[in-house]
Amino acid sequence: MTDLKAKIPEGPLAEKWTRFKGNQKLVNPANKRKLDVIVVGSGLAGASAAASLGELGFNVKVFCYQDSTRRAHSIAAQGGINAAKNYPNDGDSVWRLFHDTIKGGDYRSREANVYRLAEVSGNIIDQCVAQGVPFAREYGGLLDNRSFGGAQVSRTFYARGQTGQQLLLGAYSALSRQVNKGSLEVFARTEMLDLVVVDGKARGIITRDLATGEIQRHSAHAVVVASGGYGNVFFLSTNAMGSNASAAWQCFKKGACFANPAYAQIHPTCIPVHGSFQSKLTLMSESLRNDGRIWVPKNKEDAEKIRKGTLKPTDLKEEDRDYYLERRYPAFGNLVPRDVASRAAKERCDAGYGVGTGLAVYLDFADAINRLGRDVIEARYGNLFQMYEKITDENPYETPMMIYPAIHYTMGGIWVDYELQTTVPGLFAIGEANFSDHGANRLGASALMQGLADGYFVLPYTIQNYLADEIKTPRLETSHPAFDEAEKAISERIDQLFSIQGTKSVDSFHKRLGAVMWDFVGMARNKEGLQQAIDQIVQIKKDFWSDVRIPGDKSELNPELEKAGRVADFIELGELMARDALQREESCGGHFREEYQTEEGEALRNDDQYRYVGAWEYKGADQEPVLHKEDLIFEYIQVKQRNYK
Amino acid sequence: MDFTLKIWRQENAAVKGKFVTYQINDISPDSSFLEMLDQLNESLIDKVQKPVCFDSDCREGICGACGLYINGRPHGPDDAITTCQLHMRKFKSGQTIVIEPWRAKPFPIIKDLVVDRSSFDKIIEAGGYVSVNTGGVPDANSIPIPKANADLAMDAAACIGCGACVAACKNASAMLFVSAKVAHLSLLPQGRVEAKERVRKMVDTMDELGFGNCTNTGACEAECPKEISLTNIARLNREYYAAKLS
Ligand SMILES: Cc1cc2nc3c(=O)[nH]c(=O)nc-3n(C[C@H](O)[C@H](O)[C@H](O)COP(=O)(O)OP(=O)(O)OC[C@H]3O[C@@H](n4cnc5c(N)ncnc54)[C@H](O)[C@@H]3O)c2cc1C
Ligand code: SF4
Ligand code: FES
Repeated sequence: MTDLKAKIPEGPLAEKWTRFKGNQKLVNPANKRKLDVIVVGSGLAGASAAASLGELGFNVKVFCYQDSTRRAHSIAAQGGINAAKNYPNDGDSVWRLFHDTIKGGDYRSREANVYRLAEVSGNIIDQCVAQGVPFAREYGGLLDNRSFGGAQVSRTFYARGQTGQQLLLGAYSALSRQVNKGSLEVFARTEMLDLVVVDGKARGIITRDLATGEIQRHSAHAVVVASGGYGNVFFLSTNAMGSNASAAWQCFKKGACFANPAYAQIHPTCIPVHGSFQSKLTLMSESLRNDGRIWVPKNKEDAEKIRKGTLKPTDLKEEDRDYYLERRYPAFGNLVPRDVASRAAKERCDAGYGVGTGLAVYLDFADAINRLGRDVIEARYGNLFQMYEKITDENPYETPMMIYPAIHYTMGGIWVDYELQTTVPGLFAIGEANFSDHGANRLGASALMQGLADGYFVLPYTIQNYLADEIKTPRLETSHPAFDEAEKAISERIDQLFSIQGTKSVDSFHKRLGAVMWDFVGMARNKEGLQQAIDQIVQIKKDFWSDVRIPGDKSELNPELEKAGRVADFIELGELMARDALQREESCGGHFREEYQTEEGEALRNDDQYRYVGAWEYKGADQEPVLHKEDLIFEYIQVKQRNYK
Repeated sequence: MDFTLKIWRQENAAVKGKFVTYQINDISPDSSFLEMLDQLNESLIDKVQKPVCFDSDCREGICGACGLYINGRPHGPDDAITTCQLHMRKFKSGQTIVIEPWRAKPFPIIKDLVVDRSSFDKIIEAGGYVSVNTGGVPDANSIPIPKANADLAMDAAACIGCGACVAACKNASAMLFVSAKVAHLSLLPQGRVEAKERVRKMVDTMDELGFGNCTNTGACEAECPKEISLTNIARLNREYYAAKLS
């Protein structure tokens, strides 16, 4: 039976991490060279971990499915990265960042992990600046900050609207330096298909070279999964086309518990859906909410005229507009956390006040332009405005932007303990792939922080606590029967996919799954809908495995085969998400159960019964997964109803 | 909208490729170029044919994965965007659209419209970084940097490594790409320390990998989706000669 031991160090909150580092086991330099570590993923988490492990002297292999490690999905992050530097002297501190993150996550994360995250956040900024990351600066030459949702201080560092790109290129440069030094080997265009477990420990992976179709074996002393989130379960999301859950899902099937799968984040400011051929959704950075005001018409008749095109938004008088976030949440206004802002938009649109196709609200910069001038707005958001115009053919300097919520991030993921180790010894999970620090809702600009905290400053320490006991373990030959077995299973699955020769494309199944997920496991969920979702997903799975069509063959570049493997896993994960949402009979953060809300429509938690991490254990293809609970104990923070009024 | 597509099809690097013509109808002007190709591929799968392979991931102009040569221009007829940001409203219904992969010796074709750009990674590995290890670095605000320099560095750092500059250049030169990294780092005090060694190693590696010489035609700048400026090449040249002299 799986035992969820969080392994939180003893001692006062503020000293736990220091104590851990002071007492943990380390590997001496001579022994590091004898140890191999596999890192799956080259996003912020994977690249920073791989580079740091290489610098320490381990032999590292990095894998990514893109043609270059520099293209990982982290590259698309726009808005910024949080750190408790308190440079603006506006009252920020490690404690406040810790507190905001726990509260933002609706009291569903571990105190010790989150405190450590806040504690190392400042080091990240130092590290990135040393690498040459060109963060925005003020005229005095010092770093500039902005504010993000869920915070009353300015603690977000940014590089124009391309923060993720610049941070990733920083990590990529560190990784490239290790390639040059010979301590790190990159396998790009290579997908992890299975985890190899020997004597209960993670000892390697099976991969497919996507250009040639060759199945390959890699052994190591530890495996680190940094494969990102699973938002693409919904088909349409802001994630990159190839973002997938397959690496994490194979770990689940090999014994790693999967925690809080139901916690998915819907981002309030995305460009609305425009057609059935749409392949992905584009995010408009949350930073826009610093200066943009969100509204819909006050009267339904006006909303209808706008939808028909007989009334222009710019012609609507001030008193005929409903700035609903400012109205409902005067203290935070347009800067309420994402889940709150998203549901409020859905509420207005469902009530008939939506604009555009009816599923859109306005994000208006007219006031900001009047107050600050067009130049200032252009300097702050120029590239975002340009991106918006390219996509929609509308000029946001002249007419308000239209936005609508979309799936953006997944808080759930592989369960890890304080050391970022999963329930499989030797298997670690970092970045968005793990469930750790954001509870039921992530605050803006905190994912980049977590990915880099895990990769630069946490994992390189904690993994040594495990590896110190492996220094006598010889390298594993990839001819070991465990590799034979894993490779055989993978080859059979690929052959099975080709043998179906059905009538429908992989995408058609993915779209069907996405529609079910969005309707029943999306922004608002209820018992009946979730049960229906499970039934429908079971049916989609049957249809997929009997009617999918994959052209071409397996020993060539074959994107349809790649997608098929990913969609097969998404279908199973979708079902687990629905199950998890069903068992959690409360509303918290990104998980909103319609049955559990206050009279004003706010999320209603049930701390007595659901203050736990729900971690699922795989029991076999024909069996239901088993739920394990890790109780969350709050010693330092008073658990309250979140209030952004 | 309706289009005639002439698309380069090639099974792999070892065999010869050819243009194949497809007709595609009922495309929405709001559809992106790659969504148009998605729809073509759906119809090919319907007919039990192999879909057209092309690279893309973020589909919002930042990862640098996409890159098609469309009607004789890298990333198509619109300026300052990547292929994934191109929309069909930029074309006329009934038009013929010719779609090819990047064509440059250092970017061998893998299949159809997909090329191997790993030579770019090799150039960065040669020296496109500041040699600092994780930890033990000074406080971020201990090094003030004039805003103007930080902004210029950011302009250069915006390069997405797509390779359009190489595809646009008749010599297949990678100068714009290399100069963007050289300029980004040499404009910052952190990067100055190794500036000489960096430029030497990166340029030498670029030459070894078979990229051609820069003859200042400016085709790269005109096609760069991130508007990386030719002034970066001037800066690279200054840095390079200074490095050679010392
Ligand atoms: C549009 C957008 C904007 C965002 N903006 C912000 C922001 O402003 N601030 C913020 O804090 N957060 C932001 N986020 C969230 C943040 O970008 C992500 O959570 C974070 O970058 C994830 O990093 P990661 O390293 O965990 O994974 P990723 O960057 O997703 O990397 C995953 C890696 O795993 C590899 N991989 C995946 N599967 C496999 C496999 N089977 N085999 C081999 N390799 C595999 C991929 O190739 C890739 O290298 C944004 C997200 C989006 C979508
Ligand atoms: S310089 Fe421009 S065209 Fe060349 S790789 Fe960079 S972004 Fe692409
Ligand atoms: S797909 Fe990422 S830049 Fe086009």
